[in-house]
Amino acid sequence: MFGLKDDWSLKLPPRYFTLEDYDGGVARWCPGCGDHGVLMSVRRICREEQIPPEKIVNVSGIGCSSRFPHYMATYGFHSLHGRALPVACGVKSRRPDLDVWVSTGDGDNCSIGAGHWIHAMRYNMKMVVMMFDNNVYGLTKKQTSPTTEPGFKTNTHPRGAVLPALDPISAMLGMSNVSFIAQTVDWNPVHMHDTLHRAWKHPGLAFVRIMQRCPQYTGNIFEAFQDDPNSLLVMEHQDGVPVDPSLDRTFKNRIAHDPKDIHQAFDFAKRRDVIPVGLFFCDPTRPRYDQISSVGLGMSVEEKLQGLEREFDRFAL
Amino acid sequence: MTDAGSNPGAAVAPKRVRQSIVEIVSDSGEGAQKAGQSLGALSAKMGNGVWTVEIIPAEIKPPARSREGASGIRVRMGDRPVTNMGDEADMVVAFNEQVLYGRLGQGAYRPGTVLILENRWATDPDEKVRELYAKALIDFRAAGLEILELPLDEECKKHTINPRVGKNMFVLGMLCAIYTRDLDRAREEIAHIFEKKGEKVISLNHKLLEAGHAYALTAVPYRFEVPIWDAHGAKIVVNGNQAVALGMMAAGIDLVAMYPITPATSVSHQLGDSFPAVGGFLHQAEDEIAAIGFAIGASYAGRTAGTITSGPGMALKTEFIGLAVMAEIPLVVVDVQRGGPSTGLPTKVEQGDLLGTLYGAMGDAPKIVIAPATIDECFHMSILARRLAEAFRGPVFMLTDANLATGVTPIPRPVPQAEWLAPPPDQSDWDEAVPAYAWDEQTGISTRAIPGQRGGEYTLTGLAHTDHSKVAYSPEPVERGLRMRSRKLAALFKTLKPPVVHGDAEGDLLVVGWGSTLGAIEEAVDRAREEGHKVSSVHLRFLSPLEPGLGDIFKRFKKVFTVELNYSDLADDPYVPAETRRLGQMAWLLRAHTLVDIDCYTLSQGVPVPPGKVYHEILRRLGVTPTAQAAK
Ligand SMILES: Cc1ncc(C[n+]2csc(CCOP(=O)(O)OP(=O)(O)O)c2C)c(N)n1
Repeated sequence: MFGLKDDWSLKLPPRYFTLEDYDGGVARWCPGCGDHGVLMSVRRICREEQIPPEKIVNVSGIGCSSRFPHYMATYGFHSLHGRALPVACGVKSRRPDLDVWVSTGDGDNCSIGAGHWIHAMRYNMKMVVMMFDNNVYGLTKKQTSPTTEPGFKTNTHPRGAVLPALDPISAMLGMSNVSFIAQTVDWNPVHMHDTLHRAWKHPGLAFVRIMQRCPQYTGNIFEAFQDDPNSLLVMEHQDGVPVDPSLDRTFKNRIAHDPKDIHQAFDFAKRRDVIPVGLFFCDPTRPRYDQISSVGLGMSVEEKLQGLEREFDRFAL
Repeated sequence: MTDAGSNPGAAVAPKRVRQSIVEIVSDSGEGAQKAGQSLGALSAKMGNGVWTVEIIPAEIKPPARSREGASGIRVRMGDRPVTNMGDEADMVVAFNEQVLYGRLGQGAYRPGTVLILENRWATDPDEKVRELYAKALIDFRAAGLEILELPLDEECKKHTINPRVGKNMFVLGMLCAIYTRDLDRAREEIAHIFEKKGEKVISLNHKLLEAGHAYALTAVPYRFEVPIWDAHGAKIVVNGNQAVALGMMAAGIDLVAMYPITPATSVSHQLGDSFPAVGGFLHQAEDEIAAIGFAIGASYAGRTAGTITSGPGMALKTEFIGLAVMAEIPLVVVDVQRGGPSTGLPTKVEQGDLLGTLYGAMGDAPKIVIAPATIDECFHMSILARRLAEAFRGPVFMLTDANLATGVTPIPRPVPQAEWLAPPPDQSDWDEAVPAYAWDEQTGISTRAIPGQRGGEYTLTGLAHTDHSKVAYSPEPVERGLRMRSRKLAALFKTLKPPVVHGDAEGDLLVVGWGSTLGAIEEAVDRAREEGHKVSSVHLRFLSPLEPGLGDIFKRFKKVFTVELNYSDLADDPYVPAETRRLGQMAWLLRAHTLVDIDCYTLSQGVPVPPGKVYHEILRRLGVTPTAQAAK
């Protein structure tokens, strides 16, 4: 038509998004809080992928880390303590076009929200779930969290936490229909960024545990690991988190790990001498509930009215 | 005693009655409910008003012949629309005598109720059974029941080798004879019920139906005729929960998230089955908290969403309800009320969640609460609820109850309207100058931005927030938010009309009710009015905000009292000082709202209020003793 070649694009110039387009303002976390770094990473990934801000929904629970959505210039939902996942799943269930990110804390996710956690993993809806694990309750001022190591002194256990810490990675490896489990640390921003980016590309629920320090209450819990770069065990694989060459010189402790190998993933998850980082487990073929829950979305008004009549027929006298 | 050889049923002239209540009770699994549903359906088709309600034991399969194990159905037929299950039954067919004890204890029968009783137990090989049967006959006679012992099992054996599965249709045939029902319609019902089971099963059941019919014509000396009121107009036969499910579908609700809980669950059964017909999705969540969270998420993303539950589920949802109010998230919440507190009476009716719904959240959480009074309204108010939720940007609560949930009645067949359906989410560009909560000063109403709308980006929060949805760090926006959310109720109030008084606009006594008690209250009021008493009633559909003009209505009556299915201390309880007496929930609310000295009559036994009880309460309050005729 009109002599145009049909591969000519008549689209308007695409919008180009800069970091500012995702910037929701100055974050009010404490200086030195690991949350700042995560925020920068997520903004950068959004820019790298050029995701329209209006298509992004950041969902969170309650906690310091759950303030995250307020600092993104996207849509956001700062929900209830422990309840980010049901809300995020609800958002995704009937709006598959939206790009959903979840921010949650170790208390938020592994304690009050633990029930939802198991089920959200099983629903496996496409979204990135970032668990900011600072081993403590930050917002409510230093109470024991499920991931607090035994002996660590908190305000609720001033003589030291009494129970073995909950191990979220092992727990998730045992959950049905999980499809993506990764771990990273806030003191290695490059790896953290690459892990989150890899998570975003995963077709399902991608869970990333971010080991992160609370400068106020747990500022030095990872000191030994920070001092010795070899204490990070970097898992490598072509399907895993790509390891940036800039890390080659410092982080030399590498191990090959196929993220399909769930048994080896368990072995690594149990290690306490090192912190394994990268992709523990990934199976992009797992069923996704968002593909089930979004059926019927395109139905027209006429079809709906006819559908109603058919249903009434079933009850007709 | 009657035996099959004699012929007491021949040539009995039918007696015309305006209404009749019949029950069929048995052990569970004997098909009594199927027989009763068929009787109800064919009576409705003939043009009677009908209300059926299943009698369900607490356990799924209680031991056979146990006193509290009655499984069955009550069918009330009338010469006008029937709106409730009525008072004591006129007739009961029982497959064994033990299950009658429980029903008798619940006041289901009166002196003169005709009992058609399976008599095979009289000759049971087990001596214990024979003794129990003989003892029961004495007890039931003492209770005034007119007993007709019949060998139902033996009669069925003439036509089928397994009377346990066929007796119900034999009994249906008998009831067709007794109530002069159209046998052809009964045949149609049977063909419909057993459609999937094939010709052979249908013809066997037709044979049993006809045999039961012929048998009753000779063996049963009762014949009734209930005149028809309306054989015209398309109707559907539904219970209240099915009506809610269909209403939510007709409202264009896109997603319902729930967790199974009696008596709300059957709404989700219906949706699970029917929702795909309109492209909707039913999500069974991991618990009630997740269910409402999921629905809220979907609503935030621009889809109309709802959740359904009962009391304990409401308790779990409370925190999210507060969020939905605070962040102004449209949502339909249906609470099919059951007996409380705690697990309470899972299958039984109560109107105990009124104040909990209104006030059971942290802080000041104004919300819209409505209550359908009939099964028809269960359908239409679901549509209303959805529209209110959108228009007033917040959660809307619809309180039904176990009585509406399980009552089955014909209602006019709705004609689906395109404008009932919710529009798809707005994805046009948002004017960036408009904040997330551009509260209208007069109404508190604002329009919301939906994810996908360019320029509307905001972060919804349950924290006190400014109109830009920013966390409020100073006192002023905190109070402003509270005021704006409260103002929405005032705005809605201004659009409502005063409720219509049933009866004269002034008089000696006014009965106030809400929800499923409508039918019983109006029936009682009509009865008292026919006897010349100056009593009227008013029934509220809007509970928050309340409908306007209540104070003016109440002033025109010497006394006002509520009828409610919830708890209150007795007025003459010697252990309860008058000034601390706890009242029915609606009474509390109306007293606070109108400053009128309103009393209450409450019933909290897990049973619907029968019209007779309301009638007697009316007379008691008027200080009259019932006449002999009225006492019937
Ligand atoms: C129902 C409920 N219970 C308790 C709280 C209090 N509370 C707020 S945040 C929090 C724990 C925060 O710890 P975590 O989830 O680890 O997040 P962090 O602040 O460390 O980022 C608690 C207990 C609450 N807001 N709601």
